[in-house]
Amino acid sequence: MKPGHGDQLLAEGDPEVAEEEQELIDAFRRQLDRGMWAAVPTLDAGRHEAVLVRDFAEVPRDAERVIFFPPAAGG
Amino acid sequence: MPSGSSSSHRQRVAEVQALLGASLALIALALCLVAFGPTLLRTIRGLRARRSSLRFGRRLTEQELAAEQRAEALMASVVGDEGLEQYRALGFLHVFADPEADGCPGYGYLIYPHRPIVSFDARSGRLLNELCVSFPDRGDRDADGRLPDADDVLAKWMAIRGDELALLAEANIDPPGRQIDPDQARRDVIRLGEWATSPSDASPSDGLATAQ
Repeated sequence: MKPGHGDQLLAEGDPEVAEEEQELIDAFRRQLDRGMWAAVPTLDAGRHEAVLVRDFAEVPRDAERVIFFPPAAGG
Repeated sequence: MPSGSSSSHRQRVAEVQALLGASLALIALALCLVAFGPTLLRTIRGLRARRSSLRFGRRLTEQELAAEQRAEALMASVVGDEGLEQYRALGFLHVFADPEADGCPGYGYLIYPHRPIVSFDARSGRLLNELCVSFPDRGDRDADGRLPDADDVLAKWMAIRGDELALLAEANIDPPGRQIDPDQARRDVIRLGEWATSPSDASPSDGLATAQ
């Protein structure tokens, strides 16, 4: 998510392929280094959920995407 | 000196009368505060809430419109089509806490775009707090403005679902009525209940059907 723009694709790859996994890890770290929060949407028994992750290793292996958004601040 | 004594007596009487008058005025003021204080407070809060809800609209630019459309598409892909339908119809998303022993969630949140999140008692509908939170992208110099409305709502939704305590730790928590008209929020709780019980729109999988 980017202010004024909506969502943008940052990186795409197959985590089972070592080279692509490394690209995904690098992209993930760049976003977290910028202070972004990372959420993984999930569907649990038909119920829509989201998990916040702080490390690439926490991303479920069957996840289809990770959504980065600016961190929350008191408004 | 009888005349001097009489004058002194009259002065004392005048002092006592003045003291009595002041005491009566204080008692009357205290009674008025007790009787009308809560109403006065509500009126002041209502005026403040109404004043803060004054808004001016403008047509979105093509770029903003495209961003909103992308944001709504992303929202649908995360919360489902029924969630997007609710957002479009009611103007907010919601989250309920996990069900308690009686199967009913203890509380819920109304999530508005670029306005505070409102927490409410899911059983009584009583408003609990306003959670003021925003998502400024301080790390991106190219970032212009704020998140599209649907993205702002989705970010709040994901943060509550994903790590409610982390969001609460960042939010400024105020009593109801600070920024959102409490009458409007109470109406929205009722609208949410009606939306949830509408046969065509109910989504038990989202916990809507369990709360009133």
